[in-house]
Amino acid sequence: MNVKTRPHNNTRLKLSLWLALAGFIALLFADIDMHRASPGQELLRMAQGLMAPNFWSYREIASSAFNTLAFALQGMALASAAGFILALLYRHPAVRGFCAFIRAIHELFWALIFIQLFGLSPLTGLLAIAIPYAGTLAKIYGELFEETEAAPRNNLLQSAGLSAFFYTTLPLAWRPLLQYTSYRFECAIRSSIVLGFVGLPTLGYHLETALGNGQYNDAAALLYVLLAIVVSLRWWLKKALLPVYLVAALIYLPPNAHFSWANIARFLSEDIIPAPLRNKANIDYVAVFDWLAMLWQQQILPGVTSTLILSQIALLLTAILSLAWFPLNSRQFFSPLKRSLGDGFLIIARTLPEYLLAFIGLLLLGPSMLPAILALGIHNGAIIAHLLGRYSGELVLREDACTGINRYSYEILPRVYRQFLALLLYRWEVIMRETAILGMLGIGTLGFYIDSAFEEFRFDRALLLILCAAILNIIADMFARNLRQRLHLRPSPETL
Amino acid sequence: MFELHNISLKYREQTVVKDVSLTIREGESVALVGPSGAGKSTLLKHLRSVQATKIAWCPQHAGLVPMLSAYHNIYMGGLSRRSSLYNLANLLRPFAGPKTEIQVLAESVELRDELHRRADELSGGQQQRVAIGRALYQQQAIFIGDEPVSAVDAIQADKILSLISQRHQTIVLALHDTEQALRVCQRIVGLKDGAIVFDLPSAQVTAEQLAALYQA
Repeated sequence: MNVKTRPHNNTRLKLSLWLALAGFIALLFADIDMHRASPGQELLRMAQGLMAPNFWSYREIASSAFNTLAFALQGMALASAAGFILALLYRHPAVRGFCAFIRAIHELFWALIFIQLFGLSPLTGLLAIAIPYAGTLAKIYGELFEETEAAPRNNLLQSAGLSAFFYTTLPLAWRPLLQYTSYRFECAIRSSIVLGFVGLPTLGYHLETALGNGQYNDAAALLYVLLAIVVSLRWWLKKALLPVYLVAALIYLPPNAHFSWANIARFLSEDIIPAPLRNKANIDYVAVFDWLAMLWQQQILPGVTSTLILSQIALLLTAILSLAWFPLNSRQFFSPLKRSLGDGFLIIARTLPEYLLAFIGLLLLGPSMLPAILALGIHNGAIIAHLLGRYSGELVLREDACTGINRYSYEILPRVYRQFLALLLYRWEVIMRETAILGMLGIGTLGFYIDSAFEEFRFDRALLLILCAAILNIIADMFARNLRQRLHLRPSPETL
Repeated sequence: MFELHNISLKYREQTVVKDVSLTIREGESVALVGPSGAGKSTLLKHLRSVQATKIAWCPQHAGLVPMLSAYHNIYMGGLSRRSSLYNLANLLRPFAGPKTEIQVLAESVELRDELHRRADELSGGQQQRVAIGRALYQQQAIFIGDEPVSAVDAIQADKILSLISQRHQTIVLALHDTEQALRVCQRIVGLKDGAIVFDLPSAQVTAEQLAALYQA
């Protein structure tokens, strides 16, 4: 029999094999040793902590929880306003490029930059969230506007202009726009928590201290508060209440900062100028070249290489875990009660930021790529599994469809595979972005070198390295988009 | 007003209007008749595209914004007469001025009680009347309509068509109901397979000519 496979099926299979191969090859070069002799003991202590959370320092917990929310609210308010305006101009390539650039720099890197300018102030937290989020929201809003039906607009006397936009395009895009914005708000809370790890007074700050000192009872309390905030979002995040929340956030944590103009001027005109160019009347090209060559050899190349290696392995683990876990949230496999337990696990795993998971992993397993790989795989795997499980639940199977592992492999997996790849490719960029950041925990990705440069007050190096990380993200973004288009995969934004 | 000389037009990569010449003068009311696929819609779209900002346009598919009220969908016809700021404020809270205007208009297309309802809650016929309301509220001298009353019952349809004739100097309509076309328009253009078969004053069109148009 001569069976012809449809070409796009074939390409999907090929892509999967390439991704797997890349992951396995990367594994050969990765440092995934365990450096702790007995992770079991530490794990036991953590489990004991989870059983007996210590809420006694409730004042501290409450104020850091409010700070977390205040940063997220203010950051999102500014980001959605700026993102909306940028989305109106999204046709212009310059605006597109600008948005791609500001979102390619992770919020933690923005925070490290603003800390130099404004110290550990509320303004720093606000800007660190608002700037990259504005870039992301501009992109999604812009795409939502472009995808609206053209007929209502074309029936008007003038289809261009603000009036036509507000009467046709905006109402048509409104629902998905709100859905995506509220999803991003959840992300902003995670970002706000992680900002605590660089010193801003959010939940992450206290989590780092408690975990670092082995005070797992205190850490457990903070963790439960974190989960409670994110899981309860759907009940208290209401459109009508947003202005109230925003005003409250502004009163509670006014976005101000003590800073000196002289300091900022020095940072911009001196500190970030490459060292061999500083205070020189004429440019010494040889010195500049040596400086760049040195950075390339000692930091950029090793940083980029381990970022790529780590993210490739993490992507493979994400793929494996999401395929293994999605039945947990699928109507096709479990009764509603069991499913809610399974989805509960997925929701917890996706609520905990990768950065926090990696931090806990480092405590358990010691410094290597292993904790970072596990953290990225668990967090992103849970996100995809949750969405894929829900998607598979909508499939209608014939009455006599097989059950168990046969149902999984013959009925469900072939039907959800396309959606799976689309989500995986989208997460690829996210994983790459996060991988660079996890270096700040001591793993040799770009973040490690960036963090070290900030610690040594070598801001010229730090900025160049951040630029490299941004370029890497932009390339990954373009590559993944290209693949999605070639494979005709397009996850609608609200499902991200 | 409109002068077409030997033009050919494409719809979805296929030439559906071939070598057509057509002149429409100010003050005329013209009906395009012919079987579906004859090229009526494509020809109308082309006529509109010549000066889209000066033509009241009523498309075959209403093309409303489903989540906005019937009032706002009709108001959209007049967007370009007012400032963006005024329009924006009216979106949040309708102003009294346009509200009265549109109420009067809605009465003439029998939509008075539906103005506050979302467009996607309306029946097909009501949605089509909203689209007509929007075209009327565009307040132009020329009206182009592609089957504007196809989903409206016969009595209402005649009323609405005569309202359209009263409010506009020049009308070009595509109509599948030839009787209706003869009643409303002074000039009938018969189209078949993308070509003009006849172009005559209504009084001179014979039943045979019309029947021939629809024969395979």
